[in-house]
Amino acid sequence: MAVSLRRDRSGHRRRHSGLRRQARLLPVLPAVVLLLVFLAGPVLWAFHASFTNAALTGRNARSPGWIGFDNYARLLSDPLLPLSLGLTVLFVGGSAILGQNLLGLTLAVLMRRARRTVAAVVGTAVVAAWVLPEIVAAFAAYAYFSRDGTLNQLLGGLGLGQTDWLYSFPMVAILLANIWRGTAFSMLVYRAALNDIPGEVTEAALMDGAGGWQRLAYITIPMIRGSIATNLMLITLQTLAVFTLIWVMTAGGPANASTTLPVLAYVEAFKFGDIGYGTAVASVLILIGVVFGAAYVRLLREGKP
Amino acid sequence: MRRALKITSLIAAAGFVLTACSPAAPEAETKTLKVVYQKTDSFTALDTLFQSAKQEFEAANQGVTVALEPIQANDDDYGTKLALALRSPSTAPDVFYEDTFKVRSDVDAGYLLKLDSHLEGWKDWDTFDAGAKAAGLGDDGGTYAVPLGTDTRAIWYNKKVLTAAGVSVPWEPRTWQDILDTARKIKASDASVVPFNMYAGKATGEGTVMQSFYELLYGTESELYDADAKKWVVGSPGFTDSLAFLKTLYDEKLAVSPAEALDANVWKKVFGEWLPQGKMGATVEGSYTPSFWQKGGSYEWAEYGQDMGVTAFPTQTGQAPGGVSMSGGWTLAVGAETKNPDLAFEFLATALNRKNSLAFNIASSQIAVRKDVAADAGYQAANPFVKDVSELVAVTHYRPATADYPRISAAVQEATEAVITGAKSPEQAAADYDTAVKGIVGEAKTVAQ
Repeated sequence: MAVSLRRDRSGHRRRHSGLRRQARLLPVLPAVVLLLVFLAGPVLWAFHASFTNAALTGRNARSPGWIGFDNYARLLSDPLLPLSLGLTVLFVGGSAILGQNLLGLTLAVLMRRARRTVAAVVGTAVVAAWVLPEIVAAFAAYAYFSRDGTLNQLLGGLGLGQTDWLYSFPMVAILLANIWRGTAFSMLVYRAALNDIPGEVTEAALMDGAGGWQRLAYITIPMIRGSIATNLMLITLQTLAVFTLIWVMTAGGPANASTTLPVLAYVEAFKFGDIGYGTAVASVLILIGVVFGAAYVRLLREGKP
Repeated sequence: MRRALKITSLIAAAGFVLTACSPAAPEAETKTLKVVYQKTDSFTALDTLFQSAKQEFEAANQGVTVALEPIQANDDDYGTKLALALRSPSTAPDVFYEDTFKVRSDVDAGYLLKLDSHLEGWKDWDTFDAGAKAAGLGDDGGTYAVPLGTDTRAIWYNKKVLTAAGVSVPWEPRTWQDILDTARKIKASDASVVPFNMYAGKATGEGTVMQSFYELLYGTESELYDADAKKWVVGSPGFTDSLAFLKTLYDEKLAVSPAEALDANVWKKVFGEWLPQGKMGATVEGSYTPSFWQKGGSYEWAEYGQDMGVTAFPTQTGQAPGGVSMSGGWTLAVGAETKNPDLAFEFLATALNRKNSLAFNIASSQIAVRKDVAADAGYQAANPFVKDVSELVAVTHYRPATADYPRISAAVQEATEAVITGAKSPEQAAADYDTAVKGIVGEAKTVAQ
């Protein structure tokens, strides 16, 4: 690599460009290897396991056998699949695509106009939830929504009736908890994007008499379209994988009312020891992630002029 | 001092690994036995047992180190963690604490070492109760695990609460109807008291079926599993009746609220708050109940001996044998891949010798499985209820410990949850259970009643 760089400087640029490009890839190599080993490896393993009857205990633990598409056939006829698919879509759509995304954008827009101290205080409060380790955030959310929790005490203080949120409205509680936890990420992405909009463009729009909403709809949003797509992709994939938050708050209950796909995969693989079936559920989850990812990549491409 | 100990044990472990690696090495001088068991804030008796067994064993076997690795987890999570550790020979323990109902499926998985040849030379084995010995049997008739103790389930009631409601004690319900009558009476006299609690739902896990549903089901004419035909029973009227009974308890607010029932920690409130404070009339719980209240327990309650009473859970209409109980219990097993099977068994035998068994059975309110321990005056005087709960062994049942069982159990828990939350009627929930069972074991392994 050092050799090729020296030659570049001495003017043999064209002749060595191929070599140079290859040399440039060298520093990336360890990262690629790590990705293959720790990301692609488990994904491939999960796909493989989903075609076997591997188990934690019993005869199949000793000698798991290849059973083809049996796990998937069983999954398709499992009444829990449509329910947990629906809940997963509701969770991702409600807490990430709508909740975190819109709230993050709103906060970012408002914070540009707000006074510096107000913006700092709001920013810190929002980022605090994001900085917490997931398990701590999950316990905090549990403490907030539980029967004797903060929310009910606040409601009681206001003279309002108390509700057992985690029991009566588990998905509402989980959606709100995930919005609380994840909004900071969207807010940070959008703040950075808004700062990149050239002042002249906004000024020009102002001169043409565009109001606040018009500027947002015709100037701001189109100009940060790329950031929106990137942000949506990242938060969608993050939210698809959320497990700890739900497990701590409701463990998928009551009566499966909050069993999203990751919870279902965990329960099947580790509670019932049916690793083959659990990985089949996980594979479906991976496929959903791929579909979402591909959709956002298209959106990103269309966004480019 | 501790640091020095750590360093020496590290060096010892390293030395062991090195010698183990070279085939030509002479007999290893230091060996380590890895022992895995469960420990929680409210369950430390096992930890005490292993600490003392470790001392005793290390003193008798120079050069052998016992590495105790307690897992802090509830029963469900302990089972999962243990199974994960057992999957690979490099993480599998030499000696471990194993639930009786997992023995068969773990033997199938090849995790457990057959102990027959070792047991032959162990004179203590004759003192073990024949029924309890069966808990460690694999499908091939060999013995793979040695029981630590067993348990039974009964109704534990607060005499003061019952007396205040005008129920005479000792209370001896003969039928399900007797339970409902008494519970309604308590409710009528004091609405703030939970009259009769039975667990339900998935949050309490195996507790839901062991300390609630099976007491009902096994007291009907139906069963869960036809042991002769080796088939699971579906379409049983007793299943629906049992669910209907739970529905009545929860609908009439005779048990805790459904929201409380679906909290995995509800049992802590039962033992720690409601019964001692006179806020609960009765609950169905295990023979180990006094371990929580006696001195050194997690919810010490000096008066429990006078205030509490215990009685058998009745059959549906009072039919023979007049009572129902469920038994489980835990065992010690040796890992199939252990490098030192003889030493591992020797450690197991040390942990379960007369002295250690006696101390453990008293500390954790277990029903003794060694005849010499059962006859010991100290054991019999351990708590006022030893005799009552031991007698229930005569009417007790064991779970069908097949590899499918954990999933069936979850299906039962789900049925109870659906009923108490009002999501399904008992008939619907029972029908869904039947569908679930057929899906789990295949239609051919079910039998309609």
